[in-house]
Amino acid sequence: MGKTLVEKIFEAHRVDSPAEDIHVLKLDAVFCHEITTPIAINDLVERGMDRVFDPAKIKAVIDHVTPAKDSKTAEQGKILREWARRHSIKDFFDIGRNGVCHAIFPEHGFARPGYVIIMGDSHTCTHGAFGAFAAGVGTTDLEVGILKGVCAFKTPKTMKIIVSGTLKPGVFAKDVILSIIGRIGVNGATNMVVEFTGDTVTGMSMDSRMTLSNMAVEAGATSGIIMPDMTTVEYLWPFIKNDYPSKETALADYQKWGSDPDASYERVVELDAGSIEPMSTFGYKPDQVKPVREMEGTKVDQVYIGSCTNGRLEDLRIAAEVLKGKRISDSVRGIVSPATPKIYRQALDEGIIRIFMDSGFCVTNPTCGACLGMSNGVLAQGEVCASTTNRNFNGRMGKGGMVHLVSPATAAATALTGIITNSPLYKG
Amino acid sequence: MKSFKGKVLFLDRSDINTDEIIPAKYLTEITKEALRTYLLEDLKLEGFDPRRDISGKSIIVARSNFGCGSSREHAPWALEVNGINMVIAPDFARIFRQNMYNCGMIALELPADIIESLFMDFSGKDTQAEADIAAGKLIISSGGLKKQIPFSLGTFDRELVFAGGWVGYANNHY
Repeated sequence: MGKTLVEKIFEAHRVDSPAEDIHVLKLDAVFCHEITTPIAINDLVERGMDRVFDPAKIKAVIDHVTPAKDSKTAEQGKILREWARRHSIKDFFDIGRNGVCHAIFPEHGFARPGYVIIMGDSHTCTHGAFGAFAAGVGTTDLEVGILKGVCAFKTPKTMKIIVSGTLKPGVFAKDVILSIIGRIGVNGATNMVVEFTGDTVTGMSMDSRMTLSNMAVEAGATSGIIMPDMTTVEYLWPFIKNDYPSKETALADYQKWGSDPDASYERVVELDAGSIEPMSTFGYKPDQVKPVREMEGTKVDQVYIGSCTNGRLEDLRIAAEVLKGKRISDSVRGIVSPATPKIYRQALDEGIIRIFMDSGFCVTNPTCGACLGMSNGVLAQGEVCASTTNRNFNGRMGKGGMVHLVSPATAAATALTGIITNSPLYKG
Repeated sequence: MKSFKGKVLFLDRSDINTDEIIPAKYLTEITKEALRTYLLEDLKLEGFDPRRDISGKSIIVARSNFGCGSSREHAPWALEVNGINMVIAPDFARIFRQNMYNCGMIALELPADIIESLFMDFSGKDTQAEADIAAGKLIISSGGLKKQIPFSLGTFDRELVFAGGWVGYANNHY
């Protein structure tokens, strides 16, 4: 019997099995941000165990509320900053260099095929796009990860999602993942790893793959995962070029992190890419999805483009293509947040930021910002936002606010009209 | 070990997410105690008033996929500082479930038909419950009605409950 990619990763990292179905895994990376880490740091200090297992394997960023908005968030940043300094954590991204964790860490090559990664953030599953097992955890798991470099997981089951064929113009990874979540439900993949495969997925850029994998947790999944290929190697090449004589040898090495053809899956779901339309959520759960055409006419007060789901360069390029030379509706507040300084700078160089500004968008610094209503871009009671983020929970962007999750193309088109609208990129 | 005994709060909804259990705007707090008054503030459930219904409760009974969404351990902490150490549901979101046991708390899975019978028999009434971990039974009662429901925790889950959480366990083992 063959093995799935995640079974191979578990085998290679297992240090203990305290019970039949529990595996304690050695960690290759522990990612940290300023919201969930400070309480772990304070607890370690209180216990007299203020240590880190390996400063080179810990990466930290201030991203959720930055610049700090008040004394409390300033204190959270301070705790993380001082901790990073006293433990000589070199990969610490503070203001001026900081961006959304699940965009900035891959950008620096910290997610690699075959890795086990944890972070105190549910969207850690994003890094599975690189062929890693990457799981969101709570503060206690994070604390033990920081201290001991291990984390316990149940025996992984894998759901295989095969997406085949060509996406219609104007249909993007976001529409694919919303369709998948709509089909399998918000707990359809609980305690499973979702392996995305099929020629549609292998044809996707790393940016698109990260969008797919990012929302695996919205179906309850522990991690998304995509088998590494030449696209993965090309993305990582600047970081691995001294480790391999050529891209081909890197690929040959990475291909050990692939599922066997006769691996066994808990469930297999197949999607025809050609039948997927631009999608939008309509309720308070990410599995409440409809084609955008059925939502057309829904009035919005705000459009938000950004986040770990859709704040990367590819997303900004698509939105700018829709916005170019046009003005957004007077009734809409447009906010765009490039996910990292590198993306921001590239968007500046490509003239994308000018397009956003000329169209009437407010451009913010890289931050998680509006997505979870923690700092800028909070909605008022009764307001509606078309957003490229990942959660439409009640109150997520502000108490009494409504969020419709859409792709960057749909978000941009919606900003122009003030009502949820299919983008002109979509030809039906 | 924490206490798993007291009055029961029934929340008749599935997919109660961690944003509802503790909204993100309170994640700026760096002590667990500060979360106390915000528990379930944004819960979308008709007839539920957090200011009236939480006080004095020690156990929650809810529907499927409790604790979905964000990884925030602030959700179990907000329960813990309100004296709620146990949630009973047909199933839980993975991270929330692990966070509960990591804190030495219990996320108890019972079959959906048993949960349904608990709602039928006890919801809306002044209900008491107690989980006896060693004996593997849940005793739930209201007025003259009393039920005894068998359960078993996983080996590892039980060890975490006895150890008071994952930090204590890991520090002894790794």
